[in-house]
Amino acid sequence: MKLHEYQTKQIFADHGIPIPKGWVAETPEEAERIARELGGPVAVKAQVLVGGRGKAGGIKLARTPEEARQVAEAILNMTIKGLPVRKVLVEEAAAIAQEIYLGITNDRAAKRPVVMASSEGGVDIEEVARRSPEKIARTHIHPLLGLQAYQIRGLASDIDLPREHWSKFIAFARALEAVYHKYDATLVEINPLVITQEGDLLALDAKMVVDDNALFRHPELEEMRDLDAEDPVEVEARKYGLSYIKLEGNIGCMVNGAGLAMATMDIIKLYGGEPANFLDIGGGASAERVAHAMRFILSDPKVKAVLINIFGGITRGDEVARGILQALEEVKPNVPMVVRLVGTNAEEGMALLQEAAMETATTLSEAAQKAVALAGSSAS
Amino acid sequence: MSILMNKDTRILVQGITGREGRFHTQRMLEYGAQVVAGVTPGKGGQWVFERIPVFDTVRDAVRATGAEVSVIFVPARFAADAILEAADGGVRLVVAITEGIPVQDMMRAVTYLDSKGVQLVGPNCPGVLVPGQTKAGIIPGNITMPGPVGVVSRSGTLTYEVMYAMKNKGIGVSTTVGIGGDPVHGLGFIEVLKMFEEDPDTRAVVLIGEIGGTEEQQAAEFIAKHMSKPVVGYIAGRTAPPGKRMGHAGAIVEGGEGTAEEKIRALEAAGVQVARHPEEIADIMAALL
Repeated sequence: MKLHEYQTKQIFADHGIPIPKGWVAETPEEAERIARELGGPVAVKAQVLVGGRGKAGGIKLARTPEEARQVAEAILNMTIKGLPVRKVLVEEAAAIAQEIYLGITNDRAAKRPVVMASSEGGVDIEEVARRSPEKIARTHIHPLLGLQAYQIRGLASDIDLPREHWSKFIAFARALEAVYHKYDATLVEINPLVITQEGDLLALDAKMVVDDNALFRHPELEEMRDLDAEDPVEVEARKYGLSYIKLEGNIGCMVNGAGLAMATMDIIKLYGGEPANFLDIGGGASAERVAHAMRFILSDPKVKAVLINIFGGITRGDEVARGILQALEEVKPNVPMVVRLVGTNAEEGMALLQEAAMETATTLSEAAQKAVALAGSSAS
Repeated sequence: MSILMNKDTRILVQGITGREGRFHTQRMLEYGAQVVAGVTPGKGGQWVFERIPVFDTVRDAVRATGAEVSVIFVPARFAADAILEAADGGVRLVVAITEGIPVQDMMRAVTYLDSKGVQLVGPNCPGVLVPGQTKAGIIPGNITMPGPVGVVSRSGTLTYEVMYAMKNKGIGVSTTVGIGGDPVHGLGFIEVLKMFEEDPDTRAVVLIGEIGGTEEQQAAEFIAKHMSKPVVGYIAGRTAPPGKRMGHAGAIVEGGEGTAEEKIRALEAAGVQVARHPEEIADIMAALL
């Protein structure tokens, strides 16, 4: 789960990471009031959970409170990459002497977190990694020891940070590590971390992604979830224990298991079709869950055929068949379906579906080819 | 022979009195696995299926029964603790089935288990199956049979699909290891490939990967340098959109990294035949053997 900049900065500030003074505004009038309170030039920043806000015009400087109101009004009317801007962060414009980068993320291959620092701050770090990888310094955090001061000094030295800033940089990195662990983050990133003309270090931007699997430990973060940034159907599906992702094609897929669900999408494509969705009904799905899954698939008007591929282990073929029949009774779809049930209680399931006069298939290849043919003929 | 375990391996189940733990313990017993103990804190002294004693701690279970492998069905929020308890309690191998364990918990657990020399399979995995002998986890036993192919995979039902397709062509399996769909897990492709390379009863290997991370690319390097046995590969997720987590916590293309194409290229460059769909693995394997 991604947090907004203003939410992340609040967390940073609570843990001793210096941030520019500022507040969040939902109206132009509020933005003006905040700018007046701050006095002097301000930055007005769109709070949306996508990258590239700046380029899209979602970050503007304002010299006066009146200008802050105008700028805020414009930004609050924007939609950036499909997301409406509902809030802006209004904060003191910093007098920047230098911009650097500091971030922590999980290194899957090393099985531990990695701290990254670069003298190139304020630019796309993935771009820096491609263009000049030597400009990014890295050090891993031992999961049982934590980040050590000497490692941070090493990073400071690697990015040629002037020595007078080292003690502040060490405190900064330690606080960031504390936030990373405390909130089960998978990414914390400060880009840019600025050194002001007064010689202070300041988190000018702030990004944080939290491990969804750890949200049970952080109910306060769950409340910060921005549903604008998520597909409403995906959110709804999650409530029923379904993992659903909408795609662009016209063949709906219902599968048990994430790997098999991907493989089913891929084989549809291999035989010339386009999958309409990723859908994993999970292990041991009940008839109810299957019925919900079918409703989600059919809620997409682009769907011209449905492929059901179930490899029964804990999931039982007869349960799945009952769920399909239940959904068909309610929705009465006019799209053709191909069913393949293998494994636990597959025969019972197939017998149940016989009456529904559905296409059946023995192998996955056969099922995919039939679905592609049906989608093609019903589309034309 | 087989890798990791065999018919005599003594197994304990953590979370044995839960719904999942109980259900799969029964399946494991039916398959012939030596499940000798269960652990559920607070339920020590009870019996499951009138023949398996339940203990409060792994330590007590290991002392009383000599269990050497622990299978974990404990809910995600308690699972890291269960994994650490298993390692401290004296088992040599932990098989963690649980899905949804926080990744920072796993980084700590993996580091600790490494330091103790205890092996870990999973989490978020279907476990280990030695056809005709034993199983630790949830892989259905009847979809395969004993044979010469080692299977290592990041997923569950997709692996069943492949084993079933091979069975239909008369090809059996030496051992199947589901290494799990989480970004941070225990044994990886390389460790398991190494075991298959050394196992006299394994003549060829199936490697089933998916989008996300770089483990398949590293495995490709290992195969090129160290594998004398043929490897057939498959990578799921060619049609997965970037930036989306495809069910498994680890199945996500991030920053353009971890795509199916790059993994397939790496494997093919290492001499691995990569199937276009799961059933084709069986065709390729039939031609190889």
